Amino acid sequence: MATRLQEVDAVMVGMGWTGSIMARELTKAGLTVVGLERGGDIKPSEDFALPGVRDELKYSRRLELIQDPAIETLTFRHRPSESALPMRRFGSFLPGNSVGGAANHWGGHTWRYLPSDHVLRTHLTQRYGAKMIPEDMPIQDWAITYDELEPYYDKFEKLCGVSGKAGNLRGRKIDGGNVFEGPRNDEYPNPPMKTTLAGQMFAHAAKELGYHPFPRPASNSSQPYVNSEGLTLGGCQYCGFCERNGCEANAKAGPHVCVLPKLREEPKFTLRTRSWVSRLIYDKAARKVTGVVYTDTRTGEEFEQPAGIVVLSAYVFGNVSLLLHSGIGEPYDPASGKGAVGKNYCYQLSRMGVTLYFEDRNFNPFMGAPGAGIVMDDVNGDNFDHTGLGFVGGAIITCGHDGARPIDYRPVPPGTPRWGAAWKQATAKWYQRSLNISLSGSNYANRNHYLDLDPTYRDQLGRPLLRMTYNFVDNDYKLSEYCMQVAVKIAQAMKPNHMSPPRLRRGDYDIVPYQSTHNTGGTVMGTDPKTSVVNRYLQSWDAHNLFIMGASTYPQQVAYNPTGPLGAMTYWASEAIVNNYVKSPGPLVQA
Amino acid sequence: MADDKLPRRKFLLGAGLAGTAVAAGLAPAEAQPPPATAAPSTTPASDPSTYLTLTASEVAFISAVADLMIPADELTPSGTDCGIVTFVDRQLAGAWGGGAKMYRAGPFRPAKPEYGYQLSLTPREFFAAGIAATNEWTRSTRGKDFDRLPAKDRDQALKDLEQGKAQLAGFDGKQFFEALLGITMEGFFADPIYGGNKDKVSWKMIGFPGLPAVYAHLIEEWRDKRYMVEPQSIADFS
Repeated sequence: MATRLQEVDAVMVGMGWTGSIMARELTKAGLTVVGLERGGDIKPSEDFALPGVRDELKYSRRLELIQDPAIETLTFRHRPSESALPMRRFGSFLPGNSVGGAANHWGGHTWRYLPSDHVLRTHLTQRYGAKMIPEDMPIQDWAITYDELEPYYDKFEKLCGVSGKAGNLRGRKIDGGNVFEGPRNDEYPNPPMKTTLAGQMFAHAAKELGYHPFPRPASNSSQPYVNSEGLTLGGCQYCGFCERNGCEANAKAGPHVCVLPKLREEPKFTLRTRSWVSRLIYDKAARKVTGVVYTDTRTGEEFEQPAGIVVLSAYVFGNVSLLLHSGIGEPYDPASGKGAVGKNYCYQLSRMGVTLYFEDRNFNPFMGAPGAGIVMDDVNGDNFDHTGLGFVGGAIITCGHDGARPIDYRPVPPGTPRWGAAWKQATAKWYQRSLNISLSGSNYANRNHYLDLDPTYRDQLGRPLLRMTYNFVDNDYKLSEYCMQVAVKIAQAMKPNHMSPPRLRRGDYDIVPYQSTHNTGGTVMGTDPKTSVVNRYLQSWDAHNLFIMGASTYPQQVAYNPTGPLGAMTYWASEAIVNNYVKSPGPLVQA
Repeated sequence: MADDKLPRRKFLLGAGLAGTAVAAGLAPAEAQPPPATAAPSTTPASDPSTYLTLTASEVAFISAVADLMIPADELTPSGTDCGIVTFVDRQLAGAWGGGAKMYRAGPFRPAKPEYGYQLSLTPREFFAAGIAATNEWTRSTRGKDFDRLPAKDRDQALKDLEQGKAQLAGFDGKQFFEALLGITMEGFFADPIYGGNKDKVSWKMIGFPGLPAVYAHLIEEWRDKRYMVEPQSIADFS
């Protein structure tokens, strides 16, 4: 029997970005909040300190900051007709594992989604007609427009100290910024990062060809910065150890730098680490959750934490699996198309690009940061005419070294052996003299791509593992071909001595090589409870005191990294809770 | 004398291990007398210290692979002299070798490579099985353990493994090759604190400066100019 604890106003399930921001906003409004985190705590001054933080083997290869699959993983299959197998090691994506979540090891790319991304189905239908969208592609509008979310995007950027350059200030297009972005009310809080040589060369070639390159917006603070919480970020050191590592300079935004120092001082907030939530307690008749059940993994003891409001603020997979384990909502069935929980799981098209080799260049590839790269949006989203192309969506094309940690970064020209004397010669020669042009492509929903519970494999608590059914489809392959042609054109204009064959999206999804930790969907937002799990305030249709944060609420995934809207939506939802829900608990939107 | 039959393992005597103890630990197939014309040891171990987990035949195997993948030349010393064997030994003896951060519950079944690693073996067990299977294969096809083959044959055998041409009994040779290449490159390029990359030889080879990697004031100054410094590692700051 679980020990029943005293009721609190709100409980957070997961203490990454969304749990930290939500807890901060709710305690500011006077609510008592408990933050439950399955992993341990992080003390940046010790855990992310020099010299140990510069350890490629520990962080990049042995995945120190990543969730332990022995505790909980997923099973995977390509199509509903197959039986799934467990992901025994994480590879293709890397969920976080402690207070701070995946923000401890992210690279910091911080985007606003395009206005058309927020109303995707409506936009494509209006521009091209309904027939443009394949029947097996259940893409949906977000339940909130770009204009509505703009002030909250701004708020999150000022929390993170995002470095970048505006390309659209209140409708005025600005050369050198992203001219395709939605109108911004304010500049980025920090100027763009210094650009690497690779980025400069790419920007020059892209501009000559008529494209619109701009510095990548990133939560790598380009200078010391005091954020909206009054907390100080350091200036980025371009160390080249950003993603998969912590940041010793406190220049990479994350809960530990941007929110938690304030939240930890808040008497109305209690943080409980090593507290693994196994299920929510659901009163279906009352359409409410009454609290959560969790195991203290230090003692093995089980507790019930009653709460007036429950916020699911885990990673995508934690949010979806907790609904399924708790019997909340109808699980999605691809055969009938009914049910919404687990529906519209999407990923991203990554590991696409081309490598260029220059005899006479010195890139110093180890000096870099995600924000030191250059991006172009010309073939992203619906920024270009798709008529007759046979696909929808697009890709961002990027260039610029964000580090060159040598176990993983050792480009050699095509035809070079992978070991031995010739390999050594080539590695020594080209480490300094090569660069990658990379593509990240959108990935729209497919009827057969979803998350449900596996019938065979279990986690450490004995619960069924979440099962992922997912593969690449025709739209992805065509998108990849089209956008790659543009990348290759730019690459050729850069006049390299050698060039690798283009790395296209071909064949089946492979869970082994890293691609992106930009998994989305499964608890998608919408206006219809039959096809969505939460309303525009991220409030569950099935339990009005349950709010679900994060990228699990995105109906499909774009080419950008998902963190920007995730932070913005948390601010947006917290405001709805504080201003409306707390005063008058009940559905904020009538179905 | 067992050690007379196993000249390639003589280095172990220097580490205080009795030859008989070495022989006693060998698998039956491994213990059979080698041909009278057994090739001399290909490489001495890089480090005379006692290994944590690798057996004598495993040390010989990993040494041979390390020296093929990273031959001595004007750029760096050989793989063994760079400490690769010590690195592999420590990795396999540690948490990673024991299967940390792996989901290990069954049932198990064969799967396409896109599903990732699907065996119940820990990395330590996987390497042990792979070495045994490879030696069995070279014995049946070429008459000797892998590390005792003439240099040219050893090179070809490793290429056969890489290209999936080696028919190992009950083991995926290509998968084993990828694991060997992966751990060898880790040992060569990781921070020297783990026992490989001795004297930061690989970092010097490519021009990776290591630590402290604080470049905010350098990135523009050194644009398109080769930034060359003596690399520093974790131990240099500890």
